[in-house]
Amino acid sequence: MSAPALAFRRVSFGYGRAPVLVELDLEIAEGTIVGVLGPNGTGKTTFVRLASAALRPASGGITLFGDPLLRLPARARARRVAVVPQETHPVFDFTVQEIVSMGRAPHLGAFGIERPADRAVSRDAMERCDVSELAARSFRALSGGERQRVLLARALAQEARLLLLDEPTAFLDLKHRLAVYDLLTRLHDDRGLTVVVVSHDINLAARYCDRLVLLRCGKVAADGTPSEVLRPEPIKSVYEVDVDVRTDPSSGRPFVIPLSPR
Amino acid sequence: MTWLDTPARRSAGLVALGAVALAALAVAAGIGASGLGLGDLLSGLRGGGDLWSRGIVFNRLARVLLAGCVGGALASAGAAYQAVLRNPLADPFILGVSGGAALGAVVFVAVTPTGMLGGELALPACAFAGAVSTLLVLFGLARFRGRTGTTALLLTGVVLNAFDSAIIQFFVSTGDPARFQGTLSYLMGAMSSPSWRALSIVAVLTAAGFGVLLGHAHTLNLLALGDEEAGQLGVPVERATWIVVLAASLVTAAAVAFTGIVGFVGLIVPHAMRAVFGPDHRFLLPASALAGMATVAAADAAARTIMAPAELPLGVITALVGGPFFLWLLVKRLRDS
Repeated sequence: MSAPALAFRRVSFGYGRAPVLVELDLEIAEGTIVGVLGPNGTGKTTFVRLASAALRPASGGITLFGDPLLRLPARARARRVAVVPQETHPVFDFTVQEIVSMGRAPHLGAFGIERPADRAVSRDAMERCDVSELAARSFRALSGGERQRVLLARALAQEARLLLLDEPTAFLDLKHRLAVYDLLTRLHDDRGLTVVVVSHDINLAARYCDRLVLLRCGKVAADGTPSEVLRPEPIKSVYEVDVDVRTDPSSGRPFVIPLSPR
Repeated sequence: MTWLDTPARRSAGLVALGAVALAALAVAAGIGASGLGLGDLLSGLRGGGDLWSRGIVFNRLARVLLAGCVGGALASAGAAYQAVLRNPLADPFILGVSGGAALGAVVFVAVTPTGMLGGELALPACAFAGAVSTLLVLFGLARFRGRTGTTALLLTGVVLNAFDSAIIQFFVSTGDPARFQGTLSYLMGAMSSPSWRALSIVAVLTAAGFGVLLGHAHTLNLLALGDEEAGQLGVPVERATWIVVLAASLVTAAAVAFTGIVGFVGLIVPHAMRAVFGPDHRFLLPASALAGMATVAAADAAARTIMAPAELPLGVITALVGGPFFLWLLVKRLRDS
């Protein structure tokens, strides 16, 4: 059996004194699509930042495809794991094309010169994310949804085997939300990509993910297939909201309807 | 948006800019208070002309080449600081790095016996030490939590400049007056004809530092996104930041060591070049260096000729243009945010 794409072993982390993750144990098997759910402030974004070595755990260990994450050189790490951040604010006025081609950074040689093959990968990533027509536009002038698709294209250009997405659909309209998840599914099917999506959108995650992880206060509260995790009791305990769970007739996946508190 | 929007056009733009820089150096070398021109210089280079006019034009050539080095150094250092600090208002002068380098140079003058052997190497070394210690303070104070706020950055620069010039004044007022004769004009960036030895030292240090910066041009693009994203895109952030900052400080120190404080070049030139070439540092750095050469050579020619036979300090010219430009940028930035 091959090593998991990503493994957290008893990982704790806090900003200052407040603990965010508490001895988190989590394994992401290679070739799966996993949704990480949970209310605000449960450590979802922290999880992404730890998994991409933007933060160092206070204790515990993280491995990436079997190797200790923090021992990998930055370039090697970036060839294995790519991140789609929630937002980015470049100080300078880069074009969409320039932002996407930055995804090639861990593959470039001295002086950061792109070869035709690199440009082809960037072009393909832009096409897949439906941002080719924006190539010459200023990134800063785009709408929130367009920016998110550009950042997704940049992550694809990175050609990493593990893709971490931090609320990739937060600013997207319905059409592009579905398009992003369809794209992730296709990348998973075609290239065997491992995908971890941090999301607030329970129903979309349930429809597209093989496995859901429900976080509460920096710990795993529930973990399993969508139909195992999305039951009224665990959701009530994590989100403090009563829900009705139905089955989406088209996909056979569970579908959560929040009930307003009386 | 940028004027030159494809790599091919940008490359062509760089070639054109190189020609402009060469032309600016040639024109600057051809004018001066003596009335001797480019023709005298060319015949002097072939061994013609009398000793007196050859001396004048050769001195002028050395000075113009030094101006070119200083301009290239300050402009590329400015571009690098702006990317690393993620602040388009950064400049070696505004950050206080030039002041720190000048302090290092003044300390060197204060403590070494006159005519010491190897002074032409030790002077830039002291300037470099001064520049780096200023940066350590700057980073320690202003660069916490990723992106440096404009206010914190500018305030720190103001304080560091005031502090450095206070120490300089201390040395000047307590030291031997003969030794510090030129210090006042040094602080205003008084260009003079360097020895060929000094010129070659400045040229080598500038070229070396610039080479390092150019090697990190793509890394600067990524660092401009923020430390976290740069790291996720494969940049060893801490190491890369140090290398870039040290290289930028080396070229700043080389520029300051023999010419003093020339402000705002590192602010204006990268800003203008970003409008023409876009923010990609693989083009922005060479463009800034070339445009910086042309700008400072031209400013120095103006400093030499406007009030001829008297001379204006070079720093006066750049500050007269750069000060208002800085305020305009600051107002624009405050209005945007």
